[in-house]
Amino acid sequence: MVLQNGGDARLRLGAEVAPPTENGELVFGAPWEARVFALAHHLCDAGLYNWDEFREALIAEIAQWDAAHPKGEGYVYYERFQAALEALLVNRGVVSLGALEAETAKLAARPHGHDH
Amino acid sequence: MSHDHDHDHETLSGPALRAEALEALLLEKGVLDPSEVDAVIANYGERVGPLNGARVVARAWSDEAYRQRLLADGTAAAAELDIVGGPGGQMERLVVVENSSTVHNVVVCTLCSCYPWALLGLPPRWYKDPAYRSRVVREPRAVLREFGLEVPADKALKVWDSSAEVRYLVLPERPEGTEGFSEEQLAALVPREAMIGVAVLQMLRGEQA
Repeated sequence: MVLQNGGDARLRLGAEVAPPTENGELVFGAPWEARVFALAHHLCDAGLYNWDEFREALIAEIAQWDAAHPKGEGYVYYERFQAALEALLVNRGVVSLGALEAETAKLAARPHGHDH
Repeated sequence: MSHDHDHDHETLSGPALRAEALEALLLEKGVLDPSEVDAVIANYGERVGPLNGARVVARAWSDEAYRQRLLADGTAAAAELDIVGGPGGQMERLVVVENSSTVHNVVVCTLCSCYPWALLGLPPRWYKDPAYRSRVVREPRAVLREFGLEVPADKALKVWDSSAEVRYLVLPERPEGTEGFSEEQLAALVPREAMIGVAVLQMLRGEQA
């Protein structure tokens, strides 16, 4: 990274980093992760729960996963995020687990080429 | 949530389908406006990002009175630069911790992924990983070394654990050789990693780019 006011000085950073105008690193590993993140925010903004309640659900899901996988392998943050959102919405009676599973099965049964 | 492995033939993986199903159900129930979901994604992808945090840091480096206000009440000082908000319109308390010649600060959320979103955007992937969450508390120097940052043994190292109530931002040391820089120029120097505390800024003179 070259400073703007002269070529004699160079900024050294303690890590491979990106300029602050960019996120620098892919924060979402797949489009669904962005959707579920945005969904959780939108439903909070819409007043279905407050963020502390979501955070408690997320902590519970992560703690459960940590306990079952002490080496931390195969961790996907947004899978925990999705699980927390589901648990919260099921507990609130917004959706039922049965309806969610039925809808998932319906989507899974789509012919190839119609699933994205 | 079950983790069956019978969906390998699908283009979409289990969690992706599950997320799509959830969104479809909520849409059907009328509790969801898909355009609002798109707006959240666009907001975090484009508008909210580490530049907000960099603006705060650059102002603190340029204005001693602001620096003192920032360290005394981070939430109010951020609001001075119109940086407010979070999910549901809430703004958690922002605490700014200052690096110095004797202290280095680093931020973590050991329980989940709490992070000063309004200032830094969304957290990088490693911030949410079990390895970082657990190890940076136990062996911070070793973890920072893996980021390429060697914290001298005689420098105190403080690890700040974020929570629902308090979010931390590290105020890095201003690099030498930046005298006379405008706030805008300074802000352009401050990477997200330095505001989490896994990197520092230091000037090397006389090197060709």
